[in-house]
Parts: sequence; C-alpha cells; structure tokens
Amino acid sequence: MIAVLLSLAAIFSELSLLAFGGGNTILPEMQRQVVDLHHWMTAQDFSAMFALAQAAPGPNMMIVTLIGWRVAGWAGVLVTTLAKFGPSSILTGLTLHAWRRFKDAPWRRIVQAGLAPMTVGLVSASAWLITRSSDHGWSLGVITAVGALLIFKTRLHPLWVLAGGALIGLSGIGQL
Amino acid sequence: MNPQNPKSAPRSMGRSISLNIGADDEIESLHAPSTRELFVGFLFLGLIGFGGVLPLARRMIVEERRWLAGDEFAELLGLCQFLPGGNIINLSVAIGLQFRGMAGACAALLGLIAAPSAIVIGLGVIYQRFNDSAIQHMFGGLAAAAAGLLVATALKMAMPIRRKPLAIAIALLFFMAIAVLRLPLLPTMLVLVPLSIFVTWRWIS
Repeated sequence: MIAVLLSLAAIFSELSLLAFGGGNTILPEMQRQVVDLHHWMTAQDFSAMFALAQAAPGPNMMIVTLIGWRVAGWAGVLVTTLAKFGPSSILTGLTLHAWRRFKDAPWRRIVQAGLAPMTVGLVSASAWLITRSSDHGWSLGVITAVGALLIFKTRLHPLWVLAGGALIGLSGIGQL
Repeated sequence: MNPQNPKSAPRSMGRSISLNIGADDEIESLHAPSTRELFVGFLFLGLIGFGGVLPLARRMIVEERRWLAGDEFAELLGLCQFLPGGNIINLSVAIGLQFRGMAGACAALLGLIAAPSAIVIGLGVIYQRFNDSAIQHMFGGLAAAAAGLLVATALKMAMPIRRKPLAIAIALLFFMAIAVLRLPLLPTMLVLVPLSIFVTWRWIS
C-alpha cells in the first residue's frame, strides 16, 4: 500500500510540473502510467473516469482525485490531490512576485509562443487516445463526432452534449 | 479585518485601456477578501463551474465581488497560463496568496476543489457499484460524448496555428511521440520543447 501511494505521489507530482497548457495535455502520460505501466485499471476505465470528471463541476483535472480514490481509497485521494496540485501551486507562489518583472520580457513571449504548438499536439494526442478507448462501436463513434461538431461549431453548453451522450447510451443504442 | 488592499503594486498601466466610464470609481471600490471569503468564493466557483470555470471566475472576481481590477485579473491570469497546472487552480493560489498569504492560498485552493472532489467521488462510486448493463451503457455514452468535448477542444486550440506550417509540424511531432509511439512525456518535452521554442523564435514569431 505504501509503495502504491509513493508511486502515485511520484507520478502526479511530475505531471503537476509538466502540465503546461492545462490538464488536458498530460492525459496521455497519465494514461500511460496508470494503465500501461502500473495496470491499475483498463484504458476503458480510464476513459470512463475522464468522462465522470467532465460531468462534475469544477476544474477539469478532477480525474486525478478519481484515480487516487480508485487505486488507493481515501489515502489515494489525499496523495494524488496533494501531488497534483501542490508542486504547481508552490511554483505559482514562488513566481508571483517575479512575474511583474518578466511578464513583458521578450523571452517570456517567445517561450509562451513556443509552447503553443506543443499544447496543440498534446491535446490532440489526448483526444485521440481517449476517443480510441471510449468508442467501441460505430454508434459511440457517432456520439463523439456529433458532440465534437456541436461544441466546435455552436455555442451549445458542454453539459447538454454529455447529457445527450449519457441518454443515448442508456437507451442501448450505444451497443450497436 | 484589514479593509485596505494589501497589494501595493503600482497601477500604472491598464487604467487607460478600461472601457468602463467609471473606471476610477471601480478601482476605489475594490475589496480585499478575508481568508473566509476566499474559501467561500472559490467554493462557489467550484460548484457552478461546469465545462470551463474561467469566464465565471472573471465575472465573480472582477465584476461581482471586486477583489481585483480587470487589468490585475488579466495580469495574474497571464502568469497562471504561463506556468504548468490548470489556469483556475493556479489563479486560486495566486489570488489567495496575494491577499492573505499561505493561509489565503490554501483556503482558496481547498475551496475550489472541495465540492468537485466530493461530487466526482460520488459519481465514481456509482460507476463502480452499479454493474448492471443499463448503467454501464449510460457511462459508455457519457464517455463517448466526453471524448467529443476533447476533440472539440483540440480543434479549437489548433485554429490559431492552422496557417503556420512549422507550428503544425511541431504539433505533429508531439502527437506522434505521445499518441503513436507512446513515449514518456518528460524526455519528449526535454527534446522537443527547446526545438519548438527555437523554431518559434527563429521563424514563426
């Protein structure tokens, strides 16, 4: 148990400091660690947890809490939460006062612009991996495609897409 | 408590870009939140923020509770977007720290994640306990829809670079390394981030 908690702490504190561009960029690495390396759950479970976290309110990284809970109960929740939010928060605190000095520096803009293509690549990788492990038949694929199109093209609230997907799933059509 | 805004940074910029006619009044009436107010404010944000907390955060912090002026909010958000970690998570820490030090940072962060943590664990219990096929089918449909949201996010993020072949090439390199070759993230970043920044500096920006 202690070994599992230590692994969780190591994995999520590293992810905490690598999450440039927000939580969606680190999903592939999280999945690689949790599913491929440690075999704590299947890729399908991982996608389900991502979906549950999307259906809950709040910051979009609540999947971290859910993984901790699934792997090691309440101790897991505590460890993953501290590990995921601790290091990046400490970094934010340390940088806060220096920020006024370097926010207008040319290198800051270049670094940030340089990180933008990375964010696109990593979020696309997340979308690809999560879609692959969520869609087991053509009808689930249609839910993903229509949902993506609605959010991309219209101003529809994401909760409607999630609710629609859940209802279609409940009706049994998703099993085709 | 201390009614004064403890932050003494010069407000040299920003006032002029405010479109609000009563901009000066707005700055005068700023209110420095207590630790308790930080906790409650972010608790509220955590509870109502579905699918993107940021627009709601701005409305609450700048317009409703007047903790920060618009330009100060934008400045802090800039930092939070620059650093690793979720924007809103970093923002809660930065605002808490700025007004009430460590205690404020902890109060704001805890407030933000308390309710969503409880709710998401509740959903997790339902997912695990109810093994009958109807509930599992429902979660299957939910997961497919959530994947759709992520695809849409990726598309929206890709729009600004769609006419920049070099930026697209770098994005593809990351995609190949992470999604296709399934390489670990840290070494991938150690190699590709300097390359990406160099290419951006030299040819894109």
